[in-house]
Amino acid sequence: MAPTDSPPAIELRGITKRFPGVVANDDVNLTVAEGEIHAIVGENGAGKSTLMKILYGMQPPDEGEMLVKGEPVRFSSPGDAIARGIGMVHQHFMLADNLTVLENIILGDEPRRRFGRIDFRAARTQLEVLNSAYGLDVDPNDLVETLEVGERQRVEIIKVLYRGARILILDEPTAVLVPQEVEELFRNMRELKEDGATILFIDHKLEEVLAIADTITVLRQGKTVATVDPNTVSAGDLAELMVGSELPSPETASTEVSTTPALRLEGVTVLDLDERPVVEDVSLTVHEGEIVGIAGVEGNGQGELVDAIVGVAETVTGTIELGNEDIGTWPVRRRRDGGIGYVPQDRHREGLLLTAPLWENAALGHQTKAPYARGPWIDRKGARNHTETIVDDFDVRTPSIDTCALALSGGNQQKLIIGRELTASPKVLIAAHPTRGIDVGAQAAVWDDIRRARGDGLATVLISADLDELIGLSDRIVVMFRGRIVAEVDPADVTPRDLGAYMTGAAL
Amino acid sequence: MNLATLGRRVGLALAAPAMATAFAFSLAALVLIVSGSDPLVAFGEMLENGTRLETMVDTLNRATPLFLSGIAAAIGFRMNLFNIGVEGQYLMAAFFAAAAGGAVDLPPVLHVGLILVVAVTVGATYSGIAGVLKVTRGVNEVISTIMLNGIAVAGLLPFLVRALADDSGSANVPGTTEISESGRMPSLNGVVEIFTREIGKGRELSSVLLIAAAVGVLYHVFISRTRFGFDLRASGINPFAARVGGVPPQRMVLIAMLLSGAAAGLVGMFEVLSDKFKYDQSFVQGLGFGGIAVALLGRNHPIGIAIGAVLFGFLDASSGVLQVSGSASREIVVIIQGVILLAAVVAYEVVSRFREREEARMAALALQATPTTSNAGGAA
Repeated sequence: MAPTDSPPAIELRGITKRFPGVVANDDVNLTVAEGEIHAIVGENGAGKSTLMKILYGMQPPDEGEMLVKGEPVRFSSPGDAIARGIGMVHQHFMLADNLTVLENIILGDEPRRRFGRIDFRAARTQLEVLNSAYGLDVDPNDLVETLEVGERQRVEIIKVLYRGARILILDEPTAVLVPQEVEELFRNMRELKEDGATILFIDHKLEEVLAIADTITVLRQGKTVATVDPNTVSAGDLAELMVGSELPSPETASTEVSTTPALRLEGVTVLDLDERPVVEDVSLTVHEGEIVGIAGVEGNGQGELVDAIVGVAETVTGTIELGNEDIGTWPVRRRRDGGIGYVPQDRHREGLLLTAPLWENAALGHQTKAPYARGPWIDRKGARNHTETIVDDFDVRTPSIDTCALALSGGNQQKLIIGRELTASPKVLIAAHPTRGIDVGAQAAVWDDIRRARGDGLATVLISADLDELIGLSDRIVVMFRGRIVAEVDPADVTPRDLGAYMTGAAL
Repeated sequence: MNLATLGRRVGLALAAPAMATAFAFSLAALVLIVSGSDPLVAFGEMLENGTRLETMVDTLNRATPLFLSGIAAAIGFRMNLFNIGVEGQYLMAAFFAAAAGGAVDLPPVLHVGLILVVAVTVGATYSGIAGVLKVTRGVNEVISTIMLNGIAVAGLLPFLVRALADDSGSANVPGTTEISESGRMPSLNGVVEIFTREIGKGRELSSVLLIAAAVGVLYHVFISRTRFGFDLRASGINPFAARVGGVPPQRMVLIAMLLSGAAAGLVGMFEVLSDKFKYDQSFVQGLGFGGIAVALLGRNHPIGIAIGAVLFGFLDASSGVLQVSGSASREIVVIIQGVILLAAVVAYEVVSRFREREEARMAALALQATPTTSNAGGAA
């Protein structure tokens, strides 16, 4: 493949994109040869997403030029990009759950019969052609809501191909997949490549990038710092190119754990609205000074288990003890006041009041106690002073504590949340995906904070999709699959691969 | 926060309503020109009339119930509850308060107190129905309060007025028994006249104004200084975050609804305690909807609501002269009010986007300006 005389599929020259106060892309140069798998790596905030949005016509660049197959182009909408044969698979799937696979694929580009009726037969035929050509195996009649994550991703890819795309942009396609699904995806990508498609994909899992890419471009702080051949670099080299310095790693230093239980779950079962168990008979004890990791593919009951501990789950049976008190019937506030710290997995949804100033966000969840409150009154002065302390101690970078939470970057928002929870002296910390979507620097800070709190005797339940994080931080890891705890492993002698096998039920 | 940024904030906050008002007046001028009137003459007459002492009293008397109604709506808005039912709540409250006040004779302060307590209780009870429906059955409060308005205005009240009508007086409109002297709020004319000339034409500045001011202060203290107010605002901004932060969502809905209804109960008190002293078939309607407008205009802030209420009150009071002079139709005022509201909502959105961008820019600058000198966790 990749004949040298044909023009590159995509060529970017000097692309610059500025947002108020930041330069997201700074003189980016990129050449993607026809028919190759080209990876773009970089830490969060390095400008990968902005670059993809420019390529897909979602945002115009401020400077620079773009060539597709040698012709200069200017996209003003994704429609223009699609017309040039460029398609994008977003990190967060954009599928309608209540429609079938076929309906989703043709949505927005339906073949028509007379009187505006949809020609399902034509659509089906075309889909079969695509399926057999690329070996993408999905039943067109399945409802999307019944599909697994990997299948949904395949639907997204087919959708893009259906629109005639020959250049595919995949935005962090492996972020939501377990190792086995990643292999499946890579197989599909190779087949697409065989058939002449060009794939540009974003990732920050370096082993994966090395396994699949033909060429790797590294972005750092909005600049293209290097384009390398995966056969000549190691993961360590890549990481250094990305971060520009030594790489932090999540490792728990000391190993002593007390025998005093801080949180004890016994036979906890959570029913969903249809009275079906989403968490079933879970028993788990977390001791003081211990970090227990919960591994699992998303949607296997971890979220509901967290809800049950925090007190927002619908129907919960079984025993939940904090220290030696049964908190099963307590309302959320009493549990939080009783010493349950909570770092929610979606900080925008459950963690922050985005349009409120930072000091009010610091008070959220702790507004009943000093320093945030005095009797029935909000202690504005105390709350503000304490927020200043959090901002200083946890390195939250903000112009002031009156800035609204919305204005901060994800990493700084997260540092504020971690700070407010840890400074409220909790007995148990429930940390759900504490480093999701934040940059490497903030990630290291959050790890440090959790580790330090552990040293001070805090019991932590850590839920994470980042297996390295789980293995690195946890004293013990349990695996959840279909609402049950199916395995307990020692992080000292488990590999991400083994964990993946448990998480998908393959090892059962 | 230094003085410059404070000034900037205040400037930004005022920019939107000022722009909206200016725009509304220009549009109204256009309408006047098209309809053959001279806008300068009409506005001139309104301004001249509006700055007369008697009209200013009128303005404040009209602004008082609008302000209370605005506060009632704002309490709901703060919690993301759309209490459309202020209308029905204040009418029900006014009726029962007037009926109770007319039925008894008590010493002066107690009498007024009773009427106020009845008004607040009835207002809260009536809005409480919508609250309970929402909490227990998930009925959207917009729907239920609209229905409850209908039930009150078209069903219950006409029936109750006739059933409890007092025919002893000379009045030809059926209504409740007139409240005796002891159950009336005094006029503030005496106080005002210390500073001004005598207020003529039988105009009396109602001391219900003071109740409204007190409610405004209470509202502000409650919303921004108490834990409970914090819970309420948090729920309004992000109910999910508030919930895991320990705020019980159901209870907050119910309490916010009750408080909103309680404030709504006071809306009719100007008429009951200072103007008509009874509830009859011609009792003023529409203040509930006016309150929603004023709350939107004032961004749920008590001072903003006060300014909005006075502005709307001024437009109402000053436009009376147009009818007499015939230089324009007085309905032009309704157009102005409507356009102000619409333009304000748009302008607020523009300003808040601008502010968000500005803050994001500042935050990004802060990020660049402070290269980490110490890693947070490193100290351990």
